[in-house]
Amino acid sequence: MKYHHEVSYWELIKNGIISENIIFRLALSLCPALAVTSKVKYGLLMGIAVLFVHTMVGITVSLIRRFIHQRIRLPIIMLVIATWVTVTDLMMAAYAREAYAVMGLYIQLIVAFASILARAEMFGSKNPVMPSMFDGIGMGLGFLIALVTISFFRELLGSGSVFGFQIVDTRPVFIMMLPTGGFFAVGILMACFNWIDRKYSKKKSSSH
Amino acid sequence: MATEKKEHELIVSVSPHVKGEESISRIMWTVNLALLPAFIMSLYYFGPRAIFVTGLCIVTAVLSEYFYQKALKKKITVNDGSAFLTGLLLGMNLPPLLWSFNPFLIHVPIIGSFVAIVITKQLFGGLGYNIFNPALIGRAFLMVSWPRAMSIWDEPTAAFLAFDARTTATPLAILKEDGIGKLMEVFGDKATLYTQLLIGNRAGSLGETSVIALLLGAAFLLYKRYITWHIPVSFLCSVAVLAWVFGGKNPETGKMLLFAGDPAFHLLSGGLILGAFFMATDYVTCPSIRKGQIIFGLGCGALTMLIRLKGAYPEGVMFAILLMNCFAPLIDRGFKTKVFGAVKETKG
Repeated sequence: MKYHHEVSYWELIKNGIISENIIFRLALSLCPALAVTSKVKYGLLMGIAVLFVHTMVGITVSLIRRFIHQRIRLPIIMLVIATWVTVTDLMMAAYAREAYAVMGLYIQLIVAFASILARAEMFGSKNPVMPSMFDGIGMGLGFLIALVTISFFRELLGSGSVFGFQIVDTRPVFIMMLPTGGFFAVGILMACFNWIDRKYSKKKSSSH
Repeated sequence: MATEKKEHELIVSVSPHVKGEESISRIMWTVNLALLPAFIMSLYYFGPRAIFVTGLCIVTAVLSEYFYQKALKKKITVNDGSAFLTGLLLGMNLPPLLWSFNPFLIHVPIIGSFVAIVITKQLFGGLGYNIFNPALIGRAFLMVSWPRAMSIWDEPTAAFLAFDARTTATPLAILKEDGIGKLMEVFGDKATLYTQLLIGNRAGSLGETSVIALLLGAAFLLYKRYITWHIPVSFLCSVAVLAWVFGGKNPETGKMLLFAGDPAFHLLSGGLILGAFFMATDYVTCPSIRKGQIIFGLGCGALTMLIRLKGAYPEGVMFAILLMNCFAPLIDRGFKTKVFGAVKETKG
């Protein structure tokens, strides 16, 4: 998985956003994608938290990659992730109290994100600092964009507002606020994402 | 001479070799026809509201199927009547007041129909591939999204143009909220209650009220052998037995009294007859093996009574059938028939 000789930083970011998007492509971390996306505000904050943890874990693991013994690399990576999640958790608790009351549990659950551990193990522990950082930014941005998109549609349909501003004033579709609505939104957006991606790659391959 | 020669030609083809006259569209349109008596009864009791709500559902269902298939460049199968049937069933499962109470509720049947056809049926691959009954998912979606609009029940009036009908509670809701005493107050004595329930002179969804009309349609389907007795009978039996065993209440303490329930009331009220004969027997979403169908029916009945007696909703037929729909493939697997001539694999 050595990308850095062949691939530019921009390619790394694009990889995280499109071809290895955590939610729409890898279908990982769906639990927070369903649980905290009833409002755009929460989706955005969760996305920023994951973006931060992803980037910092990438940098840290890449920095200490030469000092970790192969046999204990997974516990060490877990410790690094736990450290940065705790930092994020305490920061949210201090500066975003209202949101933290709602989504605090899910911030702590970032520790268990499969994508962070997988990228740290596959990419960070084998590549220098800069590519690892951009890989983390790409993956985190992909997650953030997915969460904001899901929560945008869920908030718009479920409570008729975006970012708390009332837009539509009729009776909203209450089911979109429930986890069921999260499944609907994730499924339909995933289908749209695949459809656009297929169309785009078809155009690209035909122009070659 | 050429034709005579053809008769003796050896035709090589894959099975099936003998084909009946039945086809999807024939079956679907016959089921639509079987629902006609119940629709006429709903027309009698709820007037133009029945046409508005049901018509809106049917038109939306057919149009969304047509445009979905057109957009995805699939074969357009609107004429087979399955979208029409989904719209009709959904319309018959909606409360009549959806239209007349508030014209702004017009989006409710439209969205329900759209969800039923596009999300439940077409996104899973179209007719034959859906896991859940489309009409019921449409109704469940509406029930969760607009619970207030979906529980405004209209008092049936035989006058054709009665727009200002009074709202009331369904018999099951009365039983759940106020108990059997209140029910007797409303309907008089038990005989009147049963007669009214049979004819359909009670509040409820458009098409579910008239038991006689529904049974007429169901008998026609059974006679044509489009449905078999297994699911409806096991469904109704388990509801009756459970209602008899657990449905009773001690009038003084209000606690459960075993073996004192009223099975006839539970059989005749709610959407049970419509659900048991027309929804649970949907070919796509029920098990295809007879033994499995009996298990399916028993499960539907048990879940219905669980929701009716213990759940938050007064009626549980919809959720019961949907829950059992998930188990249909599993049930089919459990009752796999033995392949003729197959030998059991021995170990070692």
